[in-house]
Amino acid sequence: MQRAYEVMFIVRPDLSEEDTDKLIATLQGHAATAGATVLNTEKMGRRRLAYDVKKFSDGQYVLLTLNADGKAVHELERRMRVAEPVIKFLTVRTDEDQQRLDKVKKLRAAKQRRPAPSTEPAPAESEAPAVNA
Amino acid sequence: MADEATHESSTQAPRPHTPREGGRGPGGPGGGREGGRKFFRRKKVCKFCVEKIDDINYKDVRLLQGFVAERGKIVPRRLTGVCTPHQRRLTAAIKRARNIALLPFAAR
Repeated sequence: MQRAYEVMFIVRPDLSEEDTDKLIATLQGHAATAGATVLNTEKMGRRRLAYDVKKFSDGQYVLLTLNADGKAVHELERRMRVAEPVIKFLTVRTDEDQQRLDKVKKLRAAKQRRPAPSTEPAPAESEAPAVNA
Repeated sequence: MADEATHESSTQAPRPHTPREGGRGPGGPGGGREGGRKFFRRKKVCKFCVEKIDDINYKDVRLLQGFVAERGKIVPRRLTGVCTPHQRRLTAAIKRARNIALLPFAAR
């Protein structure tokens, strides 16, 4: 089953630009052979890490967006674990969140078309406690 | 003996708590007067509801940073005014951000 994932990983800072590109390319290749389709690759640049990872205090962040099944993600994670320049990675499944977002967006669009009298209950609520006090 | 003492303290404990809660429940206006405090407590509203931020993303460090304390702890709902569903998402996002070293687990 294909699902949307985001894989973010940190490459050690002392790796040169070309080597980083090469590493990303090989990882993409591994992902593709494992049955994933890489949708987007974004180099988010060098950032200071919030805490030291493998004695590095900064690193280059890379974000991969892909459609894959669990096996492909597992394989990609294994590769990253083995790859020495990758110091940390995080995989997040995004399809469920995206579904929720679409739903909310649709709801909001429907609400805007027919604006409900939502201003009514708000002042009544704030008045009630004042009477109590 | 000790049992009695603890029991007594436990019955006493909620008493000073209740008026405070009563003041906080309806929100700002009445709360300040009751406690004899001078400052005016504004009713807190959920930032995510007001600004219609649907997606609380772990990559948005700037946003998340506003909801962690100086030491890196997640600030409780009662202090920030975030509503329960959003706090849940916020917490998940902060934890993810911590995992990928965007936010600290514990800042020194």
